[in-house]
Parts: sequence; C-alpha cells; structure tokens
Amino acid sequence: MPGLKQLAEREELMAGGHRACAGCLPMTAMRQILLTAGKDTVSGCSTGCVEVVTTIYPFTAWRNPFIHSAFENSAATMSGVEAAYRSLRRQGRVDKDINFIAMGGDGGTYDIGLQSLSGAMERGHNMLYICYDNEAYMNTGIQRSSGTPKGTATSTTPAGKVIPGKKEFPKPLTEIMIAHRIPYVAQATPGYPKDLSDKVEKALSIEGPGFMNILAPCTRGWRYPMEESMDIARLAVDTCFWPVFEVEHGSLRVTRKPKDKRPVSEWLERQGRFAHLFKDKNRHIIDEIQEETDRNWEWLLKREELSQA
Amino acid sequence: MRVARRLILTGNDATAEAMRQIDPDVVTCFPITPQTELMHKFAEHVADGDVKTEFVLVESEHSAMSAAVGAAAAGARAMTATSANGLALMWEIVYIAASYRLPIVMPVVNRALSGPINIHCDHSDTMGCRDTGWIQLYSENAQEVYDNILQAVRIAEHPDVLLPVMVTFDGFILSHTAEILEGLEDAEARNWIGNYEAKYSLLNTDDPVTFGPLDLQDYYFEHKRQEIEGMWHAPTVIREIGRAYGELSGRPYDLFEAYRLEDAELAVVALGSTCGTTKVVVDELRDQGTKAGLLKIRSFRPFPEAEIAEALGNAKAIGVLDRSVSFGAPGGPVHKEIKAALYGTGREIGIVNYIYGLGGRDMSMDNIKTAFAGLEKVAREGTPDDNIRFLGLRGEGGV
Repeated sequence: MPGLKQLAEREELMAGGHRACAGCLPMTAMRQILLTAGKDTVSGCSTGCVEVVTTIYPFTAWRNPFIHSAFENSAATMSGVEAAYRSLRRQGRVDKDINFIAMGGDGGTYDIGLQSLSGAMERGHNMLYICYDNEAYMNTGIQRSSGTPKGTATSTTPAGKVIPGKKEFPKPLTEIMIAHRIPYVAQATPGYPKDLSDKVEKALSIEGPGFMNILAPCTRGWRYPMEESMDIARLAVDTCFWPVFEVEHGSLRVTRKPKDKRPVSEWLERQGRFAHLFKDKNRHIIDEIQEETDRNWEWLLKREELSQA
Repeated sequence: MRVARRLILTGNDATAEAMRQIDPDVVTCFPITPQTELMHKFAEHVADGDVKTEFVLVESEHSAMSAAVGAAAAGARAMTATSANGLALMWEIVYIAASYRLPIVMPVVNRALSGPINIHCDHSDTMGCRDTGWIQLYSENAQEVYDNILQAVRIAEHPDVLLPVMVTFDGFILSHTAEILEGLEDAEARNWIGNYEAKYSLLNTDDPVTFGPLDLQDYYFEHKRQEIEGMWHAPTVIREIGRAYGELSGRPYDLFEAYRLEDAELAVVALGSTCGTTKVVVDELRDQGTKAGLLKIRSFRPFPEAEIAEALGNAKAIGVLDRSVSFGAPGGPVHKEIKAALYGTGREIGIVNYIYGLGGRDMSMDNIKTAFAGLEKVAREGTPDDNIRFLGLRGEGGV
C-alpha cells in the first residue's frame, strides 16, 4: 500500500480549476481515489455535484477516461464498459489491465441508482462502486435522500415549527451491500486519507465487485466553515457516527477505533443543519442519534469479533 | 448462380440468426414478451460458444440500455433488444445513446404500451420514440427483419451517420410466425459486417476522453445540430447500403417500397407486417380494375418526405394506416408525416387516416378492402370531415 508521500508524488489525475466549492470533500475524495487507482482507470459518475463541477463542456477535469450517462445508471453504465473490456481483451484487442470505478452521490446510490448498483454487483463485474455520501441531494439544492441522517434540516425536510427536520434514520446502505456477499465492502472518509487509499487499493486488487461508501462532508449543505471539512470528516469517525471498516470475503475489520470515543453531539453542534436539535424541545433527537450510533458501533465490534473468531 | 441458404425461422429466430452472424462484442438483455424468444435463441448461441459476445443479463431495460451505452463508449459493438414497456423504461437512455453518437443496434419487437396492459402488437412503443435521434427501420416480414439487422450495423457505424438504429417488427405477427427466408453464408455475413474500430474509446487510457459532459447554453445547441446532421446524412447512407446489400444478397433495399404505385389512383401508406396483407389486397383490386397501390415505409426515421411526396404523385386519394395514436394530434404519426410531405407540392389530394390494430387487433384483408373502398369516395369528393377513422373498431368511429 502506498504511503501518503508516495501518493502525493504521483501524477495528479484530477485537474485543478474545476468548479467545486472550496472545502468540497467529495472532490478531495476523487483526488485520493484517482491518485491510488492511477491512469489506467476508467471512471464514471452519476449525475450530481462531481459530474457537474468536473465536466462542463468544453472542459474536463478528468485526465483519465470518464463517462457520465444519467442519474440512476452509473453502475449499469460501468458494467457495460467492463463487459466491453472483457470481450475485447478476450479477443486480444486490448492488452492492459484497467480499473473500473463507478461513482455516485448518496442520491444516485441510496435512492435512484440502488437497483442499478444491486444488479451490477450481483452480476459480478470486476469493478468498484464508490458512493460519495454527502448525505443529501446537494447538486439540486440540499434535498433529503434516504442517506440523510435523522434530524437533518434539508430543503425538503426543513426544521419547522412542528416537524424538526428529517424523521427517519438513514438507510443502512453499506449493510445492504454487505448482504450482497460481494468480495469487498468498506466505509471510509477522505478525513483519513491513508485509510481511504488503502481500501481503494485493496478493492481494486480483489477480483470481482467491490463497494465503498465514503462519507464526504459538504460545506454548503452541512453548513460549517469551509476550512473545517477535514475536521468534520474525522469527527464523524471519532464519534463513531461513521465507523470506518471493511468486509473482505465476509471477514469484518474495523480499520480505525477511536481511543477516545466522542459524543455525537460534538459532531452535530459544528453543523448548521443540526442547529435546531440543540433547542430544548428537540434535544431528545440528539439522544436518539447517540443511542443509534452506540447500538451500531457495538454491533459492528461484535461482528468483527465474530468474524475473527 | 447464387445458391440460396434457405431457412425457416420466426422473426425472433431470424433476429437471433442475424445477431449470431454479427457476433457483437456485447449484448445486454432483459426479458419482455414478445422479445423473449429472440434472446433465448441468442443465449443458446452464447452457451454453445457460437459467438464471442459478452452477454450481460441485466436487472431492467433501463440498465440494458445503460450498459449498452457503456459498452459502446468503450469501443464495443453493442446490441440489445426490447418491446413496449421495456422501451419506455429505457427511454431516458435511448436519447443519451443517440446524443453520444453510439452506433448501437436494437431490434424492437413492437407491442402495445400499457395501459391497459397488453402484450400484442401495435406501434405505440417505437412511434413514441420517433424523436429520440435513433434511425428507425420497419420490417414487413422475417426476411426483412434479418436483412434490416445486417444493414443496421453498417448504417449505424457509418462515419457520416454514427447514430443508433432500431429495427422494428410486429410482435407475434412476425416475431412468433415461421417463414421461409434466405440467409447469408456466415463468411459472407462476416465480410459484410466487417470490423469496427470506434473513433473514441474509454479503454484507450493513453488518450483519455470524457463522455457525457455537462453541456449548457453555450454548446448544447451546436451539438444537437451535429446530431441532426448525422440524421440528414442517413438517407444517402441507408440507400447506398441497401444497394450494396442487394448486390450481395439479390435483395436491394430503399427508404420505402412503392408497390404498384406508379399509376395508382387510390394509395395506401403503411409500415410493418400489414404491408404484406395490403399487397394481396392491391393485387385483387387491380384484377378488378381498380388502380390501387401501396407505399410501404421502411425508414420512418429519417423520413424521406420529398421522395414519398413524389411517389404519391398520381394518387387521387390516400389512406394512411397508423398502428398507434397521437393523442390530441390531427391523426396518427404516419398520417401527420404524409400530410406534411404533401404540403407545398401544390396538389390537393384527399387524405384519410385509418387507425387500426391497436393492442394486436387483427388487420384482415377485409379491413384493408374497407379502407380502399372509403378512398373511392375521397378521390371524388376530397378530404372528408371524418378523416380520422378506426378500422376494425366496434362502436363509434369504427369502420
């Protein structure tokens, strides 16, 4: 696995000058992914922030081959690319090893693209799917997705007088992908770049489909100062709100265990989207999020123990 | 003298046979009646190692077209096939395939769109996507299905065109009915199809390209204009390839077929399997002294309006058969095109639109005779007020 210094010395495949917001961690994730994967990588992305900010014609920020087709079909599109590769390679018309990485935001993955993702993973394509999860439809203006945390104020779940933001806990997408019994599933965040890079490297080295869910904070949607993006990402891990772990051929390993597990409120209070939860009448929601976080974390540790027994 | 390779095949099997000979790099597939047997047959070719195709069995038609787009963008010769609701589900990506200039070939086995749900033939599915940027070739019988698919690959991949092609044929009427047809020898077919080298491929990592960038007010219009230009080139290319195919097979193809039309006073315009039935009726009427004729449209997109207007030049009355409706519009899709083609020619020809066969309602010779009988009055009196009629319909408006 390459170290960060080695990664930093590699050719930058994501050109600067694209149109992402300052402090956009999905784009930081893209850099980390591409530095790890290298230039012999075909990447694709669903409609969303990353596609929009990197490709406005006549410019492209992708120095590797890239395809965008539509919102819900990133996985299906890449499965076709990979099928073409298998066919042409078998015929001797392509002779090098190529990585295939399909991507989508949480809207394009948890919601509208879930069927396409499930199908591509089930079919066993040798490709990696990466969800850059910024926990809402940011490109269209911060609407809730099924990946949005409980209590979040979004454009479609505003913190109103009667309803204090999103009512539901997020869909456990990573668990759903584990249940597909594909060779590799992981959670990561660009806040811990080495952890993310190692996982991308491993996922690409394993034959068959892989899935990574990457928590990628959005300064606009989460409403925190742009320079705090990396801190916010790390705090999600340090509170165990977003555990980083991997499941390799069924064996689960938590790749980072906080020495000092912080209360979730420390993560929530730094983001404007949760400000209303700190009013007295809504504080019970913070308790609920803490309970759910603890339950998920304990269950994760138990499963790690079981899979290593 | 050429010795014909005679086959007895259904429309679906004829398609699978053409696909075996094309041997596409990638075929994506999701089942829908009446397309299913086509893919069953092709699956057997894959299972038996007759083709080198990567066969991707997706979880929906939306993914079938999406994966075909991905495969074609990776430089593969890609095909898929569908019907009705399957085509409707992939609609969004049907447009994208054309705008990315990907030469995908897709047989579409015509079936009525839901609802109410119905598995039988009409043209609501392909007529609905006549404006997607795909070339549309309609087929009269299994022979034409086979021939059209072999030509479609060459048309789609032609550098002046670079647009995807749908080859359509009537569900059950053609897809499930066995006919005698002539096939090319494998070597002939392979030679006809030739090798395909995409100009741009995602797999060329040394010369990376971006497919599908965001394209806003400053360029989208020009790119659409280029796409339109590809379609403008298509008639010439379809004709050239139709002629060349004729030299190879003895069966030349054009944009449309004029059947006993030259001196016809009563002309019917149609597409699909009904044309076969109409030809028999035309022959009968001719025997009885009526100057009847048929204009069979093969290429509905591009629509060769000037040539069609000329071919209909001597008609005194025209009956346009439409196997689909365009709700709220002045007639069905074929009817509107014919009227538009005749506009400005300075000829006052009576035109009647006959909607028929929705949801698989049988189109008998008697129905077609009824249509011609109606045209006699139109020839005398011009376009009547009730110029949209429903052939074989019970109740109001039915004739």
